[in-house]
Amino acid sequence: MNDSLFDFLVLRDLSTRTVVIGSMLLGIGSAAIGCFALLRKRALVGDAVAHSVLPGIAIAFLIVGSKDPLALMVGAVVTGWFSMIAMDYIVRNSRIREDAAIGLALSVFFGLGILLLTHIQHTGAANQSGLDKFLFGQAASLLARDVAVFGSVSLILLLVLIVTFKELKVVSFDPDFTRAIGFPARFLELLLTTLLVVAVVAGIQAVGVVLMAAMLITPAAAARYWTERLGVMILLASLFGILSGYVGAFISYLEPHMPTGPWIVVVASFIFFVSLLSAPKRGVIAQLLRRRKNVRVTLEENILKTMHRMGEADREMQDPRSISEIQNYRSIPAAVLQRGLLRLASEGYVTSQPNKKWSLTTQGVVEGARITRLHRLWEVYLTEYVRIAPDHVHDDAESIEHVLTPELEVELQRLLQRPAIDPHQQTIPYR
Amino acid sequence: MKFRESLSGGKKSNQTRENISGSVSSLEVHDLTVSYHRRPVLWDIDFEMPEGKLVAIVGPNGAGKSTLIKAIMGLVPPASGYVKIFGQSLEDARPRVGYVPQRNSVDWDFPTNVLDVVLMGCYGRIGLFRRPRAADRDVATDALRQVGIADLAKRQISQLSGGQQQRVFIARALAQDVDLYLMDEPFVGVDAATEGAIIELLREMRRRGKTVVVVHHDLGTVRDYFDWVLLLNLRLVAFGPLEEVFTDTLLQQTYGGRLNILTEVGELMKKQDRGRELR
Repeated sequence: MNDSLFDFLVLRDLSTRTVVIGSMLLGIGSAAIGCFALLRKRALVGDAVAHSVLPGIAIAFLIVGSKDPLALMVGAVVTGWFSMIAMDYIVRNSRIREDAAIGLALSVFFGLGILLLTHIQHTGAANQSGLDKFLFGQAASLLARDVAVFGSVSLILLLVLIVTFKELKVVSFDPDFTRAIGFPARFLELLLTTLLVVAVVAGIQAVGVVLMAAMLITPAAAARYWTERLGVMILLASLFGILSGYVGAFISYLEPHMPTGPWIVVVASFIFFVSLLSAPKRGVIAQLLRRRKNVRVTLEENILKTMHRMGEADREMQDPRSISEIQNYRSIPAAVLQRGLLRLASEGYVTSQPNKKWSLTTQGVVEGARITRLHRLWEVYLTEYVRIAPDHVHDDAESIEHVLTPELEVELQRLLQRPAIDPHQQTIPYR
Repeated sequence: MKFRESLSGGKKSNQTRENISGSVSSLEVHDLTVSYHRRPVLWDIDFEMPEGKLVAIVGPNGAGKSTLIKAIMGLVPPASGYVKIFGQSLEDARPRVGYVPQRNSVDWDFPTNVLDVVLMGCYGRIGLFRRPRAADRDVATDALRQVGIADLAKRQISQLSGGQQQRVFIARALAQDVDLYLMDEPFVGVDAATEGAIIELLREMRRRGKTVVVVHHDLGTVRDYFDWVLLLNLRLVAFGPLEEVFTDTLLQQTYGGRLNILTEVGELMKKQDRGRELR
């Protein structure tokens, strides 16, 4: 193994250790609180807050005259928090909607911040260099005292989340109900706001004002793909935040001219895309697979139903049928039909017969009858209850027959009182 | 109380009188006016509700039905007037009143399961910053059993049908175990089986002396489901026992003439507030 790589992995060098641990810590709080922002549909608010801390940092610097992390933080929290209050006030007391209010707050505060930064640069104060790092962040310039301050902030943030988990959960899910049971919903929302501001301020040193929203939302959005539990989602998002910080710092260690902050965001985005694609239930791939399976099942059910109809016609349910005979009843491409029959055979619904013919097994007859029954029951339901003309119900039934659950079938039979025939005078096959 | 007593009479039924002179009413609303952006959406609502009734709030779209129960729960601020529940102020009475919001007022894709949502009904009793205990879980499980979906306790709420979502909300209210329930459109978008199950539950709650107030949109079922009716269209048209209030004349007054004087005046006040010309 390469020596410098090993040095990084064990965090031998003090400044490396500071940067890596700092980057990891900074990701935790924002990712955790980002879950609530995401679930309350306040993702963009985080972006506005991140931009709004800039004037606070500049003002704090102007007052204190140094880049003392605590002072800058206080300044950042004040303007960040003020921008959220302003957004809230605008939405409540004017006809301006939330999206416009967010846009307003973001641009006004950010513009003011840039203005002040430019002013500070022109004063030529010797110690001002590096303030502009807050724009894009610079994890590499993190000092041990920064890590200590921001680390403890992240810790406090997580502690607050743990203590108020039940309250934050109910207010995020159903704010009206929260107020109705006498919980201080306004206070809880204010708490979430404050935590969001604090998390943003803690993370800004690493990734900067412009990219901070990504650290709030991306790990949370990625975590949502993997779980259906809020607690697990927060835990996962924090893990993704830590991982992004670690890998981002690692990449910029290997390539020293590469900025850490943007790399952290790139890694977080990568985790998001992997989640989007490959999460077991919500992922795109899983959805595609499910859709393909549905197409397959629909085809198989259509073949069974068609063979059942042929059986109804000549009263020989289990007679062997050739591909072209089946195609006379339903136009399915020969190759597709062949594949469907082979799968049905492996599932025990049909058996292959001499002369390239196929016949239904007993199980196949039952299943074919079930699909036919659902199709015809649905046609009866549409004509009798929804009052659709009998010549308009077939296409609808073609798709509904594949999705009706056994419970709905029972319900339909009860509602329609087991009708004997469908609107086209065909007998409905009951068990 | 004295003042109100002297005012009551006339059309009020014997039942109401008994109630006023006897026990405390479940809900009193006094000259309640509510505005959105300075435009009044409820005018001088004033009524007194006896205990142990199943009450429908009925009126056309935009009549302020949801706003009325939100105002009673303190979710929208009144421009004037006040509410008393079991003779107490709303804040004092909160442990005795439960609110069931409209089903679509929350995001059902929220990452949580059915039991956790029902457990929220116990939160008021548990108090702030304390964890639910096994006993609370039992209460929640029992509430789920009552609405007939005990088997769905561990189901993700994103997997529920409309009827199941409504049952979850009702179960959460049951877990609260209060004396007055305010429900916003619990029958909207639910299947027939769920509607039947819910109305059975509401009747059972009435048998146990609870008062249940339901915002209802289906005039066809009012007669079957409820014993008291509140007719609302920006103002209180009538309130009382079904047979006295649910009449063609009063319904005509409630639903007839969409643009009545109140809506017009409301529009004018909105214009005035926005600094536009009145005419």
